[in-house]
Amino acid sequence: MTNDSQRLSSGGDIDRTKIISFEFNGTLHQGYQGDTLASALIANGVSLTARGFKYHRPRGIMGVGSEEPASFVELLGDAASGSQPITTVVLREGLRAISVSCWPSPNFDLMSINQLISKLIPAGFYYKTFMWPNWHFFEPYIRRIAGLANAPSQAPTSGQYESRNWFCDVLIIGAGPAGLMAALTAARSGARTALVDDGTRAGGGLLNRKERVNNKWGGEWVQCITDELDSLNTVLRLQDSTAWAYREQNLVIVTERQPTQKQLIQRTWRIRARRVIIASGAIERTLVFANNDRPGVMLASAVQAYVNRYAALPGRRAVIFTNNDSAYQVALDMIAAGIEIAAIVDCRDDSSGGGLPLAGDMPRITNHVVTRVLGRRRVRAVRLRSNENGDTRTISCDLLCVSGGWNPTVHLYSQSRSTLRYDDALAAFIPHKPAQACECVGAAAGEFGLQQILVGGLEAGARAVSDCGFQRRETIAPTTSKSPPYNIEALWHVNSDDASANSFVDLQNDVTLNDVHLAIREGFGAIEHVKRYTTGGMGIDQGKTGNINIIGAVANQTDVALRDIGTTTYRSPFVPIEFGAIAGGKVDSAVRPYRHTPITQWHKDYGATMYESGAHWRRPGYYSRRGESLQKTINREVLATRENLAIYDGSPLGKFDICGPDATRLIGMLYTNLFLNLSVGMGRYGVMLTEDGRILDDGVTFKLGENHYLMSTSTANTQAVYRHIQHFLQVERPKWRVWVTPITTQWSNATVCGPNARELLERLESDIDFSAATFPFMALREGTVEGMLARVCRVSFTGELSFEINVRSRHVLKLWERLFEIGKPLGLTPIGSEANHVLRVEKGFLSLGHEVDGTADPHDLGMSWAMSKKKADYIGKRAVEIRRSQDSPRRELVGLLTDDPSRLVTEGAPLTPKGQLQASEGFVTASVWSVARSRSVALALLTDGRSRIGQAAHVRIKNEIVPVTITQPCFYDPASERMKN
Amino acid sequence: MQHYSLFNLARNALNNHQGWCEAWRTVPLKEEYDTLIIGAGGHGLATAYYLAKNHGVTDIAVLEKGWLGGGNIARNTVTIRSNYMRDESIPFYVKSLELYEKLSQELNYNLMYSKRGMIDVIQTYPKLREIKRRMLSMHLHGSTYEPLDVDDLRRQVPSLTGGGPNSRLPIIGSMLHTDAAVCRHDAVAWGYARAADDLGVEIHQNTGVQKLLRDPNGSIAGVVTNRGTVRAKNVSLAVSGHTTTLTDTIGLRLPLKTFNLTAFVSEPVKPLLDVIVNCPDLGVYLNQSDKGEIVIGGAADIGQSFRRDIKQAVFEESVSAMLELFPSFKKLKLLRQWGGALDIAHDASPIISKTKIPGLFVSAGWWGGFKAIPAGGLTFAHLIANNEQHPLSEPFTLDRFDNLNFILESGTTAH
Amino acid sequence: MLEINCPFCGPRSETEFINGGPVRETRAENPHDFADSDWVDYLILAPNPLGPVTEEWWHIMGCSLWFTITRDTTTHEILPCSRKSHD
Repeated sequence: MTNDSQRLSSGGDIDRTKIISFEFNGTLHQGYQGDTLASALIANGVSLTARGFKYHRPRGIMGVGSEEPASFVELLGDAASGSQPITTVVLREGLRAISVSCWPSPNFDLMSINQLISKLIPAGFYYKTFMWPNWHFFEPYIRRIAGLANAPSQAPTSGQYESRNWFCDVLIIGAGPAGLMAALTAARSGARTALVDDGTRAGGGLLNRKERVNNKWGGEWVQCITDELDSLNTVLRLQDSTAWAYREQNLVIVTERQPTQKQLIQRTWRIRARRVIIASGAIERTLVFANNDRPGVMLASAVQAYVNRYAALPGRRAVIFTNNDSAYQVALDMIAAGIEIAAIVDCRDDSSGGGLPLAGDMPRITNHVVTRVLGRRRVRAVRLRSNENGDTRTISCDLLCVSGGWNPTVHLYSQSRSTLRYDDALAAFIPHKPAQACECVGAAAGEFGLQQILVGGLEAGARAVSDCGFQRRETIAPTTSKSPPYNIEALWHVNSDDASANSFVDLQNDVTLNDVHLAIREGFGAIEHVKRYTTGGMGIDQGKTGNINIIGAVANQTDVALRDIGTTTYRSPFVPIEFGAIAGGKVDSAVRPYRHTPITQWHKDYGATMYESGAHWRRPGYYSRRGESLQKTINREVLATRENLAIYDGSPLGKFDICGPDATRLIGMLYTNLFLNLSVGMGRYGVMLTEDGRILDDGVTFKLGENHYLMSTSTANTQAVYRHIQHFLQVERPKWRVWVTPITTQWSNATVCGPNARELLERLESDIDFSAATFPFMALREGTVEGMLARVCRVSFTGELSFEINVRSRHVLKLWERLFEIGKPLGLTPIGSEANHVLRVEKGFLSLGHEVDGTADPHDLGMSWAMSKKKADYIGKRAVEIRRSQDSPRRELVGLLTDDPSRLVTEGAPLTPKGQLQASEGFVTASVWSVARSRSVALALLTDGRSRIGQAAHVRIKNEIVPVTITQPCFYDPASERMKN
Repeated sequence: MQHYSLFNLARNALNNHQGWCEAWRTVPLKEEYDTLIIGAGGHGLATAYYLAKNHGVTDIAVLEKGWLGGGNIARNTVTIRSNYMRDESIPFYVKSLELYEKLSQELNYNLMYSKRGMIDVIQTYPKLREIKRRMLSMHLHGSTYEPLDVDDLRRQVPSLTGGGPNSRLPIIGSMLHTDAAVCRHDAVAWGYARAADDLGVEIHQNTGVQKLLRDPNGSIAGVVTNRGTVRAKNVSLAVSGHTTTLTDTIGLRLPLKTFNLTAFVSEPVKPLLDVIVNCPDLGVYLNQSDKGEIVIGGAADIGQSFRRDIKQAVFEESVSAMLELFPSFKKLKLLRQWGGALDIAHDASPIISKTKIPGLFVSAGWWGGFKAIPAGGLTFAHLIANNEQHPLSEPFTLDRFDNLNFILESGTTAH
Repeated sequence: MLEINCPFCGPRSETEFINGGPVRETRAENPHDFADSDWVDYLILAPNPLGPVTEEWWHIMGCSLWFTITRDTTTHEILPCSRKSHD
């Protein structure tokens, strides 16, 4: 265990009363509550925390937040979540972390051997080699050394994710000084306000710096503001919450990492705001020079944060390298904490030192640049060079703070499709034209002076409030001391005398300045090409600290101005987000609810295996008995139907009540067949086409009255049919008077079928006369059955005498149970969809999922009788005519009998001429063992099938040729006498 | 063209790679060419290459409004497969895969072509029937699909722990398509571009076509670009998503609508997925890139769009579908997401065709066009050079619509 | 995820609706008045603009109303000049 030798004895925002033990790469350390893994390691004097992904060079901690480009860890145990920047891991008791991209440890990494071949592996090298013998030879090895952390091996063992929708007038992203002022202004006016911030505490940059606002220290002032916000019930304030996506119509996605509810892992908010204020601050950028990736090279603002907020010293003797004034305040804070400043190397030739009282004391070296860092596992010195005369010198140090200037954090603004522009004075891309109702304020807008930030936030809040129609309550901007000016001089990279120098522009993906030059040399000069060729900016940090340097390098090399090069597209998420948080509470049964009939439990109790049956319905597939094989079960159910008495639950069938003066006209347009001559109390099977002539659905429609019909559809297509009808009525024929009401779930049915069906029905208490004479095939009778209001229809999908007893859904279980009470002694057998499939195939009845696959029209299916010639028009008629007008061969529905009666061909199998391996001439649409014929039977769509009845054909199943004879597509009771009985 | 090899890589390393030159030339735009190809995407560049290589056509310019290979080829999930249903489609994709397998050698560019195989995870019986039908159709044309035991599936994809007997849609079967592969998408564009350039093809970036031009006799005459007018005898469009934007300028209406298709990647992790996994009942598919990122795609958004961005509801559904089968991914993190605009024809099958305007050719309707790039380029080049369809692309003409002869891959039409 | 203004129900989440595609000419009273190629054009052609498109939406998880809006296909902004429902 190391000790916290680098921890200041007092100060910082940490709770020294709560000591936390943790393990890093197998070594035990201690830190305090409030530490991150990074700050605790720095306090413990650990500086070599990682290895680079490609060259495996030693790396340390560079930043303080999600911008961290250098050190990534994998957490072990339940907290496992892929890779994380070491700077964002909140320290918790028992935390175990290991560095990624190195083995066995960053201190001793076997892969560092890559450094020896680094010249051979510049950007894009893999495109130029690995071709012989082929990529497969190399791929497994490359894959093993790529990747960072291991993926988590299991789902979280406890807790769940949640998502929530939120609507507000004003959403403020970022609770730094600008965001707080905007939120305060908005909230005080009564507007419904949301303030989200990704820090554990509000305050943004104020938490890391020693600034005074309204004569209080920053932290204290922040507390006052948040206390007031929390007292208002119109304010939603979220901490530890990152806004990571800006979608259409001002929809912002925020994920809360530490919800107060203990059972929640994370919670995602979908926030729709009328106005969005982006106060996301700015991120400091690195500078590019040789070996700028050594442990001990850190962002100046990060060092400031470690010193002030975490009371941790990243080094003892520091050099600061800067191109702007903001680094000078950092120097003051470091001196106050006891760090010796060996030099401030300022690349500018005229530096005012920010107007702060430091000039004389600190050793400033102006008009110089750092050309190289010396030291391998830790900075030990830096080499400087004069801009004037090229003289060099070396200064020893153990810490190099770099300040390349600040990038406004414009990611979300850009995601909203708002545009950016390059500002020469700030040497940065800043917001330009908003595309949605949003604006940036504070540092995010390129404003770096604290007073202006506070005022800017207030004014933005006021604008948002008035846009939303609220009265603004008087808010006065707080006062603060004058901020130093900025005076940045762009320095995109330091030219090295050594051509093989490694000056990194992207530490995560090990992309150097030479790589950028190589990309340009090879013609990949467009900024998106540079990114993809070098992979610069494509790592986990998405180039937050370094992308601008790539753009600057391209500008310098190609003589194109930065404003004309532009940035690569900013893509969501702003930081990596757990997939569980994105899915939120959506689990499979919430997305795809089960649909059951009231009889479902009875089915299950009786031994049914339930199948997923379209439109989320679950229906019995078969009811197995002990010791019975599946085929035996199906045969038994089929036999019961053909020879005696069977029952099935037909409730999920789609049903529509259609009434109105134009109801008959509508039916006439929807179906291909003639319905005009249908009598009241009778039904007819109809086929429905889409306007472009494909079969949409089929079903039986009954006429209940002169202007009243009951339409049934298939189970799976109910919504498609409803859409089809509603669109036609509302959009195409709004003047027609007909009303269509879906009643699928209002009515349920028990369908009794078999030669003895009538016997069972006649034993029911009913005012309906079921005798053959008074209740013909396709008739519908209304009345009561066992005291329940019922509509009974004689439709048959099985080919046997069949009565579909429809009752209100809340009655159907009672009906079913009563039918079993009476029917059981008669041998009543429940049947499922497997048996139904056999029964309908034997009859050659149509099944939409089988015979209808988009290409066949009713003529092909032998249903020319359904295509009324008497009707001048119906939906799809014209299209079918056009399709058939070319007179090319059609695939027609036929039956197939295999030469070997016991051989079942596979459903879907193609038929080819003589069974050869060539394009098919048809395919098997259904294939079953027929109980009635004691042999296999099949249906198929076959080119010119009808004219080939009686001839031989061949089914090709992989390498097997199965000879068959083509027959009529009906294997049982072709005259349908049994069902018409 | 500088030859790429380990030897040359090593040689160039000696002088810090200063010796590499441009992969494709930057040349002035002429006022006239024999053949113009609009769109330097996968199909456009492949077509240019095959025109030069197979048909000796060299007076070609490829005009690209943005940066080369910046369209859908820059954005896709690289699933290369030939498991289609129809006799019209399967041979085309089989040919494409055949060309892909040798493409790295042919172009002297490492495409990182990796034959991972693809597993279809099936959860409903209609889908199982459809997949079996595909398997037997594919066999006729030399593409393979084999049933895979669910136990074997779980062994090959250990992170697929969902879909058990108590889940909403238990896995009832799976199918392995061994020919399926992935590769590096940018490399396909850059490889074809470099090879085409070497054969004399000119590639002009930042050259956007604003409208098409016709001769008084009705044939195509050329195009108007932001850099001036360019005349040509043949103009061929390979601008997925924007086909109608261009044809509208000449009054030619095509049965295409543009939709947004999105994809997303996870952070890079150590190898855990060696095959491509497709879940047709849930509408999600994934594979792992060589860098370690899990690449995931889902269904296209409903509603015409050129916005190339994310629809939150669709995205959440794709993620929850993925988590249904891969619950351990709950703590894995999203790294990046994006959208692309593709045009889909009325029957959702591709269009490689002449048009009513002599000299104007289109390659469009690519919904899943990445796998089709080599065969698409080959057949489109043949059509342009000969004014006759290549046998493999014969079914994909525009006139199939004249008699409503749709090629419906799964029994449905497009949106 | 858009917020769409249903003329009957008011602003609702896009997830409650189904997009019915661009508005097209009213389905003719007599398709046989058209030449084959004209009827085919009616069936398969639709506007595909880079910019505003007037399209139909169906409030399936609400009042079941079909109505039209005009939406920009590049920004998804819903333009205010939308037609109401079809009466």
